[in-house]
Amino acid sequence: MSRIEHNMALTGEAPRSLNLQQKLASLLGMAGLVILLLASLNLSFPNKVLWLSISLLSIIAGIVWFAAASYTGKHPGIKNDGVWFKSMTNRGYLAWLAGIGLTSFYIILYFFPEYLGLRQEGENTGLVALFDPLSNFLSGNPASQWFVYGTLYTIAITAFGVKFMWKYRHNRYEKLRTISVMFFQTAFAFLIPELMARLNGEGFQLPYYDLKNIWPLNYYNFEQYRVDEFISAGNIGLALLLFGVASIFIITPILTYKYGKRWYCSWVCGCGGLAETAGDPYRHLSDKSLFAWKVERWVVHSVLVFVVVMTTAVIYSYLGDDPSKYWLTRNSFLIGVGVFLTLLFAGIWYFKREELEKDARYGAIGYLAIILSLIGFHYLSGSDLFLFNAENLRQSYGFLIGAIFSGVIGTGFYPIFGNRVWCRFGCPMAAILGLQQRLFSKFRITTNGGQCISCGNCSTYCEMGIDVRAYAQKGENIVRASCVGCGICSAVCPRGVLKLENGPSQGRVKSQESVTSDNANLLDYLRKN
Amino acid sequence: MKHIVIIGNGISGITAARHIRKRAGHKITVISGESDYFFSRTALMYVYMGHMKWDHLKPYEDWFWEKNNINLVNAWVNEIDFKQKKLNFSLGQSGMFYDELVIATGSVYNKFGWEGQDLKGVQGLVSKQDLIELEKNTAYTKKAVIVGGGLIGVELAEMLRTRNIEVTFLVREQAFWNNVLPLPEARMITEHIRSHGVDLRINTQLDKILPDEHGRVKAIITKDGEKIDCELVGLCAGVRPNIDFLKDSELETDYGVLVNEFFETNVPNVYAIGDCAQQRKAIGLRKPVEAVWYTGRIMGETLAETLTGNRTAYQPGNWFNSAKFFDIEYQTYGWVWANPRPGEQHFYWQHKTELKAITISYDTESMKFLGINTFGIRMRQEVFDLWLNEERKIDYVLENLRHANFDPEFYDTHEAEIFNTFKSNLQEA
Repeated sequence: MSRIEHNMALTGEAPRSLNLQQKLASLLGMAGLVILLLASLNLSFPNKVLWLSISLLSIIAGIVWFAAASYTGKHPGIKNDGVWFKSMTNRGYLAWLAGIGLTSFYIILYFFPEYLGLRQEGENTGLVALFDPLSNFLSGNPASQWFVYGTLYTIAITAFGVKFMWKYRHNRYEKLRTISVMFFQTAFAFLIPELMARLNGEGFQLPYYDLKNIWPLNYYNFEQYRVDEFISAGNIGLALLLFGVASIFIITPILTYKYGKRWYCSWVCGCGGLAETAGDPYRHLSDKSLFAWKVERWVVHSVLVFVVVMTTAVIYSYLGDDPSKYWLTRNSFLIGVGVFLTLLFAGIWYFKREELEKDARYGAIGYLAIILSLIGFHYLSGSDLFLFNAENLRQSYGFLIGAIFSGVIGTGFYPIFGNRVWCRFGCPMAAILGLQQRLFSKFRITTNGGQCISCGNCSTYCEMGIDVRAYAQKGENIVRASCVGCGICSAVCPRGVLKLENGPSQGRVKSQESVTSDNANLLDYLRKN
Repeated sequence: MKHIVIIGNGISGITAARHIRKRAGHKITVISGESDYFFSRTALMYVYMGHMKWDHLKPYEDWFWEKNNINLVNAWVNEIDFKQKKLNFSLGQSGMFYDELVIATGSVYNKFGWEGQDLKGVQGLVSKQDLIELEKNTAYTKKAVIVGGGLIGVELAEMLRTRNIEVTFLVREQAFWNNVLPLPEARMITEHIRSHGVDLRINTQLDKILPDEHGRVKAIITKDGEKIDCELVGLCAGVRPNIDFLKDSELETDYGVLVNEFFETNVPNVYAIGDCAQQRKAIGLRKPVEAVWYTGRIMGETLAETLTGNRTAYQPGNWFNSAKFFDIEYQTYGWVWANPRPGEQHFYWQHKTELKAITISYDTESMKFLGINTFGIRMRQEVFDLWLNEERKIDYVLENLRHANFDPEFYDTHEAEIFNTFKSNLQEA
């Protein structure tokens, strides 16, 4: 094979190397991380406030300085020079180091928090202890591993968000979207829940609630302890609980209908926020093959079915049987779930059957049949609902999906698989929003007649692995369940072909040809006009 | 079942192949010595700049061709025996017979007989092989000279600048691409190219290229006698049809392979499409040879209809095109000439601070809208196509310009300002 297919070892030194300022900035940021590492190794810092401040500020300053060194003095515009030459962004040595480092961090975070210094009894030590002063300041409580994680997560989104805005400073859509995710992360995911914890006291206990974290992404929202706390916290708690239900059944469908799933996935969501900021340098690593798309559809919808089954079982497990005690009993709940899913299925089948691919039809029928027969089996045999104990289901889901998929694989492997692995293959929220976006939404990416030159920038930089070019070169609108509306395809297009739009539903999906049988009818198009 | 052989796996040849396959079950063979699979030539620059890898240039996955029963053959055709309907290959592969032959061999870059044009380190950029050569040639290059101020020249300049190579860009006209763009636009682009560290010399032409002792380029001399040291010379003074292997055959050629509106050559069952085809009679105001991506596609589609029983004439519709000059996107719809033709007039608007501009060409008497160039503002092809067909007047176009805007959401809009500028221009006149 020729060199252009492999590497460009002889040339390309210029874009590959870091300039002096970028090196110094990396050093500063790394120094901040080293302080955290030393704390994890149980080095006890005398003045925790000072050292934590030094550490976090060095990290932030390092990232922002790096961005400044990368983009100042350059023209506003696309900044992808050398992306595929750099070790860090082309699955090279540095990328593997970063990937292994991140996955190790997630494994410790989820499964061995004691190594970070978390103590059930007595005072925290190590890294968690270093964050105690900040946690005390915000919520009045000592830190946990989740507080450490939340702080670092928020810093990552805001500092890398600044970098992203610098990179795309010619593009107002990208800037506004990034300000939005930075705001929702800082306020809703980080500050508000911590401050809400201050309200807790005698006889009043609200669960930790990130209001924008909607079920089923927030798969534990309707677990017994949380629902108990919501209900026991009076009107405020009840309002929060109702908000949680309304989020998924009312707010989400309306916003997705008007704007597509992007309102959530690339403007609000924390997972999306991290992917779009810290994960942006890896967006081109997503797999664009047709095979990956097939895998994606089966896996993500299976996770959705899993979370529906799990949540149903969990809620069922703590409901009572006596309608005189509480209106919602096990029976009425189960029947309600069955009726709701059947109606949903029937509605889609009646109105949108023509838009479903063959495997989507099989999948929909199959999934519904499985859920309904499990419910029926339960009534007939009296065995556990869904054959498994609800607690086992909950724990398996939390382990497999909540920890391994979304954290260890989803984020830890950014530098190898790309930044949206979780969102694309695993997130049940994305699956729901995707169904809505595909079938009932005004959102689409419009293509511009015959201007496409099939260059492939759009497909390469699509973090969701959508082969955007396949649509653009046909002059066909892009209406895909997985599109998170990040707008980068439109930004990198050198010929002004792609535009994210909310428009009339009529004619939104211009053609139903599958991707493989490219139906480029430029000729028809010209005749029509 | 006919055997249709297509020479060339570029956009026109491949489009023809795909559309023939959609319409009929003929045996289809596509021959290319350049690459195993169809790729997007327009994106070669992005591979060099590290935006994409080679595989990203391929619009179809490799399994696509077998699945659609399109045979791909890697070979160079060096001779065609039109009597026997047989192709001969250059590397000793046995020949191939055809029933229908489509010549879609594209372009090669121009060499105008400069002294030293065949030295090592002197090259253009059209093919995959050119890109490989460029990788080799720029391995130790510090300084380069680009000859010819057109679209490939500015792309090459952008490519070389990403490797921190010093670029001197020789442009014959008084501003970059001023043979196509009106002067104010050409000047704006010229300034922008210079702001990227390119030493763009206007009114400057190449005289000869000087070798070093190893037969590599060492310097060039301009027609003004100035010597410029360099290790690479980019020949970007346009392209010409790649038909040298057809010279002295019975196929009638001029600049390209001569065809009628059905792409039929003078030899029965032999057709030519894409960059290498030359229309005997120009269509509308278009040039007889058009090296443009989308016309290649339309030619491929049109010929596929003819070859599957529905003889169809080439109708490319209203002219449009686009390009990108470093950070400035350019689109054009309808005809805007560098200098207005008799009875035509230009209205020009440029943003005060940003790199945005438009030129609208219109008929001085009837005020009919003739065409628009836009820089830094995206427009909808569909809308302009409609307006051109409806023969709208310029005031209608300006009043409704927002309906044609295709910029991303939340971008600044300038339609009101453009409209007011036009009105005040009219009052002054």
